[in-house]
Amino acid sequence: MRRGRLLRAAMAAGFAFLWAPILLLVAYAFSGARIPFTWGGFSLRWFAALAANDRLVEAALLSLRVAAGAASLAVLIGGAAGWALARCGRFRGRALFGALIGAPLVLPEVVTGLSLLLLFVVLEGLTGWPQGRGATTVLLAHATLGAAFVAVVVQARLAEADRSLEEAAMDLGATPFTAFRTVTLPLIAPALAAGWLLAFTLSLDDLVIASFVSGPAGTTLPMVLFSMLRLGLTPEVNALGAVVVLGVGVVLALVALLLRPRRG
Amino acid sequence: MRGRALVLAPAWAWLLLFVAAPAGILVAIALAEPDSGLPPFRLAWSGAGFAPLVEDAYYLDALLAALRVAGMTAALCLLLAYPLAIGIARAAPGRRVLLLAALMLPFWTGFLLRVGAWIGLLRDQGWINGALQGLGLTAAPLPLLYTEGAMLAGMVHAYLPFAVLPLFAALLRLDPALIEAAEDLGARPFTAFLTVTLPLTAPAAAAGFLLVFIPAAGEFVIPELMGPPEAQLVGRVLWQEFFQNRDWPVAAALALALLVLLLAPLRLFQRLEARR
Repeated sequence: MRRGRLLRAAMAAGFAFLWAPILLLVAYAFSGARIPFTWGGFSLRWFAALAANDRLVEAALLSLRVAAGAASLAVLIGGAAGWALARCGRFRGRALFGALIGAPLVLPEVVTGLSLLLLFVVLEGLTGWPQGRGATTVLLAHATLGAAFVAVVVQARLAEADRSLEEAAMDLGATPFTAFRTVTLPLIAPALAAGWLLAFTLSLDDLVIASFVSGPAGTTLPMVLFSMLRLGLTPEVNALGAVVVLGVGVVLALVALLLRPRRG
Repeated sequence: MRGRALVLAPAWAWLLLFVAAPAGILVAIALAEPDSGLPPFRLAWSGAGFAPLVEDAYYLDALLAALRVAGMTAALCLLLAYPLAIGIARAAPGRRVLLLAALMLPFWTGFLLRVGAWIGLLRDQGWINGALQGLGLTAAPLPLLYTEGAMLAGMVHAYLPFAVLPLFAALLRLDPALIEAAEDLGARPFTAFLTVTLPLTAPAAAAGFLLVFIPAAGEFVIPELMGPPEAQLVGRVLWQEFFQNRDWPVAAALALALLVLLLAPLRLFQRLEARR
């Protein structure tokens, strides 16, 4: 019976390390105490404080808008790029194309953020656009980051899908566009949905790139959180953590329900 | 063929504008001269951004310290990742999904919120010090936050799934009969792990190591919020040069130096991926 006991203990330790900080963060969201992570009796006052914190709520709404826009744009660009890599054969400049689409996956965030900011500054100097920096520049930067992830997911999906399906459609008289719309698109739809979700969460979670490319009018939620953490923790952070964990849990449960294999 | 061009052209345009051009501009500004104007640089072939990197050991130390911390983070991640990956791979399919969700859910709760949780645990008025003093084990708060240990805990917590997932994928492909054979022949579980599992999953372990190492080398947030003040890693130094000193050429030169140092690990990672 020795077999597996060591493994199980190490595994439990790993999960405890991952989960303990998050569970405590959520548990103390319900404490009335002024000092975070101390117990002052059950209370929902920090959720009320969170809802009344205009700066935070505004930043959260902006973050959600930017993330939705960036993810949608990322699906368009990354979907096109992933399709090109999987279905266009050895087109001219394919190696460069692949390197460029994948670069944001491997570059450190500080490098991506700084180089995109420099681009926006130089572009504004040359063409007058973008006028200053804010939500739009953050959206464009996040779309570039998200497109890299979408391209990987879409390319992988197309690589394992049978190409003869599209060829059969065209042999039967479908135009390439009809074949794409009726065969390829349904085939990659799950990959596009997964890619959108991935790009959306990446955008919501990003502090570093946003800090570089944003301006006074584009304060995202991570930027507000970062300054709250730097200046001193408040129990509002706990309350926000509880809201996010609950939200993520609900979304995951919904996805699991939708993807559950149906019987019969 | 026209349809193909219609898809390729906008994708090319986007990539050239938002990935290739910024890289070129980064090089140009690393070579530019700092200026008091707005934006604070003047294009020139001056190498002003690189000069401090060569002359002042502070910058070289920042690069080396970042590589050291990233290496320690990646090694610790692997150490924790092996039992997690083996446990998840051996679980029954239904349980496996739940365990994978349990691995990824902390990852989706938000990077800064997790850092906030660690700060709440580790700081002087934090949960751990509160518990220790409540139990009468310590009289004064232990300095836990703003230490190298706190920084490493935060980094490992942030990057652990990156190390687990490639290992998990490799373990699923590993034939369990190999381990059973080793154990039938008298090997103890740990010996079987060392002589069978470890060598067969070494490429995946290397990929997981690099998946943690590469982003960790440029990490800014965790050293800034949890690390000791003397942990001047390159991500932090770059940030200060840019936002506080407004020395854009030096920041750009530091970014390029970090990229050059990461080229070898990046190449290695691509080779490992190509072999799979």
